[in-house]
Amino acid sequence: MPATRANTASIASDVPVPGATAEIVAFRPPVRPVFERLRDAANRFAGIVVPPVIVIGFIIVAWQLLCSAPGSSLPAPSKVIADSWDFIVDPFYDNGGIDKGAFWHLSKSLSRVAVGYSFAAVVGIALGVLVGQSMWAMRGLDPIFQVLRTIPPLAWLPLSLAGFRDAQPSALFVIFITSIWPIIINTSVGVRNIPQDYRNVAAVIRLSWWEVFWKITLPATVPYIFTGLRIGIGLSWLAIVAAEMLIGGVGIGFFIWDAWNSSRISDIIVALFYIGIIGFLLDRLIAFVGNLVSHGVSAQ
Amino acid sequence: MDKTYLKFEQIGRSFHRGQMTTEVLRDIDLSIDQGEFVSLIGHSGCGKSTLLNILGGLLKSTTGEVFLEGKVVDEPGPDRAIVFQNHSLLPWLTVYGNVTIAVDKVFGGSGAAAKNKAERHDWVMHNLELVQMAQAKDKRPHEISGGMKQRVGIARALAMQPKVLLMDEPFGALDALTRAHLQDSVMDIHARLGNTVMMITHDVDEAVLLSDRVVMMTNGPAATIGEILRIDLPRPRRRLELATDAEYARCRAAVLEFLYARHRVPQRAAA
Repeated sequence: MPATRANTASIASDVPVPGATAEIVAFRPPVRPVFERLRDAANRFAGIVVPPVIVIGFIIVAWQLLCSAPGSSLPAPSKVIADSWDFIVDPFYDNGGIDKGAFWHLSKSLSRVAVGYSFAAVVGIALGVLVGQSMWAMRGLDPIFQVLRTIPPLAWLPLSLAGFRDAQPSALFVIFITSIWPIIINTSVGVRNIPQDYRNVAAVIRLSWWEVFWKITLPATVPYIFTGLRIGIGLSWLAIVAAEMLIGGVGIGFFIWDAWNSSRISDIIVALFYIGIIGFLLDRLIAFVGNLVSHGVSAQ
Repeated sequence: MDKTYLKFEQIGRSFHRGQMTTEVLRDIDLSIDQGEFVSLIGHSGCGKSTLLNILGGLLKSTTGEVFLEGKVVDEPGPDRAIVFQNHSLLPWLTVYGNVTIAVDKVFGGSGAAAKNKAERHDWVMHNLELVQMAQAKDKRPHEISGGMKQRVGIARALAMQPKVLLMDEPFGALDALTRAHLQDSVMDIHARLGNTVMMITHDVDEAVLLSDRVVMMTNGPAATIGEILRIDLPRPRRRLELATDAEYARCRAAVLEFLYARHRVPQRAAA
């Protein structure tokens, strides 16, 4: 900022000039020229966008160079796009059986996750509140949870196939059993960590047990619950892809397995890309809902 | 049964931890009249908060009883509303919601004091206006300053129309200017509503300025009431005039003398 400007209307200047006799001007909020504000916005935008673009560009170039040698076992990006062009541009085709576009595979997988995960959320929150509130329930159930939660998702699949004698409910069960543990554990920690102050307030105004649950326990636990729900949605998306590989039928997991069996490596790479993007969007979705429900009040 | 409004009778309280028993309070006898403003002052750890929590019903006394209008106090209730030191507002509710949750519960039923929905809304707004927080009614606690939070805490307590208002170091966490401002508000509200107030403080000026009586506690363990000082300054009191008032200076000196000459903090508990 030039010193000459600081003498007169120096609202934008944060460096006072000692000894300068400033002319007194009425205060007006600093209005910056439009192009200056546009330039700042562009700078901010570039600061966010440029680094990932450079890094991704670098990765793609390196990948292209590494895989373009003849006889390379994995396709280069240019070959992926050329091979899978039909699969990329038309996600809605349906030739019957499992020969469908990406949209149908992904929506089938997502609908499985929606069902299994919804069950896990309801049961997980209920069990978490129980374990958080009752010392007896915690002592009884916590050791069981701690052991069961370490079992890998796919290890449950044969048992659930034996139990349900059908692939569909087995896949849902695997999602359920995978995503429920972080929901239970985070909810119970949240309930146990409700500040004594809130309980005192509830005691002074004499809320009933039910009112304490609705008006104190649940809202105070919401940030913890959503931490569990976010971990849970990630795990269930992990589990569904693995489970679908084994149960077959329509679904992005079996699509990958089928592509491998017919040596369509490029399709696998496109499918992985879709899975990653959707997993990311699911995580953001739960975080967004959590922020909405807790009014931006994060867990302290 | 005599006609004392609020009466502590031989209150004692011990805490057990394993084999250890710590006697925090012993032989507390105190009578408080309706409309009186009483401060409890003493060094940290002397059991002031324990005594207030027993009156609030959040803690049980080991010996003795508290009587409010002749009835034994044995559980928390809105007739003994508490202003907590750290305001204890529910962060997911707005300022309005924090007061409403109490008002809906206390005046929502079908008892003699019940109010309908519109009356409850007016009552919430009335109490927010009393602490000058009506304009911030839609803000959430994390959006307002510490002093404003404590104002809402006071509004929530007042809105329960308590028989006794309990304040647990209500201004302890605030800066000096905000604290002075809130003290003036509390004096003003006390003058208008005539509440019976019991306040914990460790600020000598605050105790003398606000109170009709200052109850000075001895140091724990087994703390009890050391002395009770009646403050006979006329109301309304103005801090600027009192700064040069001889009676104010005498009261202040008496409390200081009690706290720092006769009941110093023992060396081991110096904190």
